[in-house]
Amino acid sequence: MLTYLIRRLLLMIVTLFGVSVAIFLLLRIVPGNIADILFDSAGMIDPSEKQKIIADLGLDLPLPLQYWSWLNGVLHGELGFSYVSEKPVIDEILPRIPITARLAGLALVFAICAGVPLGVISAVKQNTKLDYALRVLSLSGLSMPSFWLGLLILMACVRWFGTIPIYDRAPASIWAWIAMLAIPAASVGFRSSALIMRLTRSSMLEILRQDFVRTAKSKGLSDNAVTYVHALRNALLPVITTIGVETAFLMGGLIVTETVFNIPGVARFLVEAIRWRDYPMVQNLVMFIAVVVVTVNLIVDLLYMLVDPRIRYSE
Amino acid sequence: MSRLLRRLAVAGVCALSLWTGAAQAQKQGGVLRITHRDNPPSASIHEEATISTDMPFMGVFNNLVVFAPDAKQNRLEAVVPELATSWAYSDDDRTLTFKLRDGVKWHDGKPFTAEDVKCTWDAVSGKTESKMRKNPRKTWWFNIKDIVVDNPLQVTFHLNDPQPSFLVMLSGGFSPVYPCHVPAAQMRTHPIGTGPFKFVEFKQNESIRLERNPDYWKPGKPYLDGIEYSIIANRSTAVLALESGKFDMNITGELTPELVKDVQKEVPSMQCLVQPSNTQGNLLINRDRPPFDDAKIRRALVLSIDRKAFSDILSRGVYNIGGAMLAPPEGLWGWSKEFMATVPGYGADVEKSREEGRKIMASLGYSAEKPLQLKVSTRNIPDYRDAAVLLIDHMKNVYIQGELEPLDSAVWYARLLKKDYSVGMNVQGTGIDDPDVMFFENYTCASERNYTAYCNKDLETLFRKQSQTRDFEARKKLVWEIDKTLQEDGARPIVYQAQGGTCWWPHVKGLHLAVNSIYNHWRLDDVWLER
Repeated sequence: MLTYLIRRLLLMIVTLFGVSVAIFLLLRIVPGNIADILFDSAGMIDPSEKQKIIADLGLDLPLPLQYWSWLNGVLHGELGFSYVSEKPVIDEILPRIPITARLAGLALVFAICAGVPLGVISAVKQNTKLDYALRVLSLSGLSMPSFWLGLLILMACVRWFGTIPIYDRAPASIWAWIAMLAIPAASVGFRSSALIMRLTRSSMLEILRQDFVRTAKSKGLSDNAVTYVHALRNALLPVITTIGVETAFLMGGLIVTETVFNIPGVARFLVEAIRWRDYPMVQNLVMFIAVVVVTVNLIVDLLYMLVDPRIRYSE
Repeated sequence: MSRLLRRLAVAGVCALSLWTGAAQAQKQGGVLRITHRDNPPSASIHEEATISTDMPFMGVFNNLVVFAPDAKQNRLEAVVPELATSWAYSDDDRTLTFKLRDGVKWHDGKPFTAEDVKCTWDAVSGKTESKMRKNPRKTWWFNIKDIVVDNPLQVTFHLNDPQPSFLVMLSGGFSPVYPCHVPAAQMRTHPIGTGPFKFVEFKQNESIRLERNPDYWKPGKPYLDGIEYSIIANRSTAVLALESGKFDMNITGELTPELVKDVQKEVPSMQCLVQPSNTQGNLLINRDRPPFDDAKIRRALVLSIDRKAFSDILSRGVYNIGGAMLAPPEGLWGWSKEFMATVPGYGADVEKSREEGRKIMASLGYSAEKPLQLKVSTRNIPDYRDAAVLLIDHMKNVYIQGELEPLDSAVWYARLLKKDYSVGMNVQGTGIDDPDVMFFENYTCASERNYTAYCNKDLETLFRKQSQTRDFEARKKLVWEIDKTLQEDGARPIVYQAQGGTCWWPHVKGLHLAVNSIYNHWRLDDVWLER
């Protein structure tokens, strides 16, 4: 187990190094830089002033030097300054991380809490009206773009309740946070919950036909015990894998949801930073997201052991 | 001239006293909440050319002179004193002296003096090395010869030539007085002004907060405790948020005429104004690259444009049709309908113009079977893209087959600068409805905003002549002729003049917008909330 963990951690370092090189190079390949964007807002370009900005920001240095300067800074906890706000990157990113983390966490909780039970019900009640209704629901969740769903929710709230559930200032308590983020989280988590629902259903249907389930039933165990203790535990393995993958995909959904619900989180900020070619901001944000994704994947792999004790990584 | 200007100064003082005297039923308190469309590139008005910076930060500053807040049209007669108490021209109109208000303090407590005025215009006119990253309106101040501080409360601008528009340019939202003692870098992130509102906070992509300046030099003002701009990038969300009552108004000019109708249908009590946004859709033709180095092909291209179709399709007929100058009745200097009909390509019979265009192209060997093929470059954002698609459709009528080339904003101006395009569809704004601003900013040989590098020295002489002309009607006549020549030469053919909507709830009182500029009425020291 320890050997496995060490191997995975080393692999994480290699992955993160690869991500750092890729994002650094990709940003430089994209046409235009911050100087172009700054002049874009002024509707003109003064070549000498542009050159001055490029030199001031060190963008005229050789690429390896720029990369080393950034990496060295990251390793020493210095993330540099935003080209746009001219403030330390850490001061811009830090307040936004908890916002996105809360939204993503709530969305995942929603996706799991809605997806797993409904998937089980759908499987147990296979080919009944309830099953059909739940399948329609899950299909609409998969086919509905989250920005469209978000806008529909906003329109409904304004028309019927005269209010709009968007962010406009930081809530005072954790409960106020949850109340404010609940609707956006449901909006972004709906797609994930639909996927989890479908996967749980098909996985459960397969498990329910296995010999050990029949044996359990013949032993006289109640339906609930067979379904939730024996079958569900075995059906969860592919679902857990999906949850891990969905966490990464969630970032994409969050960009849209944060924009529609005007939530000042990391995801929306990243898109703006890319638009501005704010290299220090983008590089550090992408690295942060990469760390989150590889960590979640590691946790998911470790969770397999808990769910299925037969899995032993050291073997 | 000087007598006229003195009369104007007196009229301005009267207008100011009337304006302040009208303050009776105003209520103190409350925070005005405004939706903002995007993240301002910085907080420094002198470094930017966008309403995204101008509107939220104008309340932090004061000008020497300003357009009277309740003036319906921004023009010389509407100029009133602000940090200046009065002004006087010398007999030859080449010297303009301002007496300054005593006792005014910057938000950091330091006193405002004539040195600040000199320092500001020395920097923006390029006379001193400035720490500003950009200086987009340097061409506005071409006529400044020298600025002399007579004493701490008096400053004199020495001009090369008489220039009636000089006061107009000083009155716009883009002409605040900056403090000498605050570095340019700080002005981009934490601006210090003398205005009615103090800067509190600018959170990137989130919000801008201003609070009441208790030491404001206008007694009892501002009425508001503060202003909050929430940056809502999604336009649909912003409109819904406004309709829900979460916000008091939207950033100016951001709503399309159709959206304004929708808002008023949902909330009938909402006050809305659709007005020219001082932006125009125009064609950039690269006259240095074949085949557009041939004036005939440029002319044929211009003759293919059906301006009414642009207006009808893009705005259901709301957008104005005109030349470089904003069309009347909102605009002061735009062509009359009768004059416009004499300009090639502006006549009512579009088919006749296109027939002429086809003849030109046929004489050069092009036909429906063998069209001229080119790329139409534009920024990859809807306002630009939609117009470019229409242009491509119109060009087919004169045997020109276009292919859309959408470009990222980051490369758009870089491509223009390198002249790496054949035909471009551009949307561009100007801060003030004034010929000096329009011509010197966009059409002089040395201007950085002259994207096509159109350079006509004879016309530039006329730019200066109109700039010095004192009689309004005589100057207007000259401006019309210059504008006509610009369109005939295909310098940057104007396709449409855009309009945009601003909406606010009825409890927002004291808000006055001018019909010919969206940039100049955001001091907001007269606005109050009647909740």
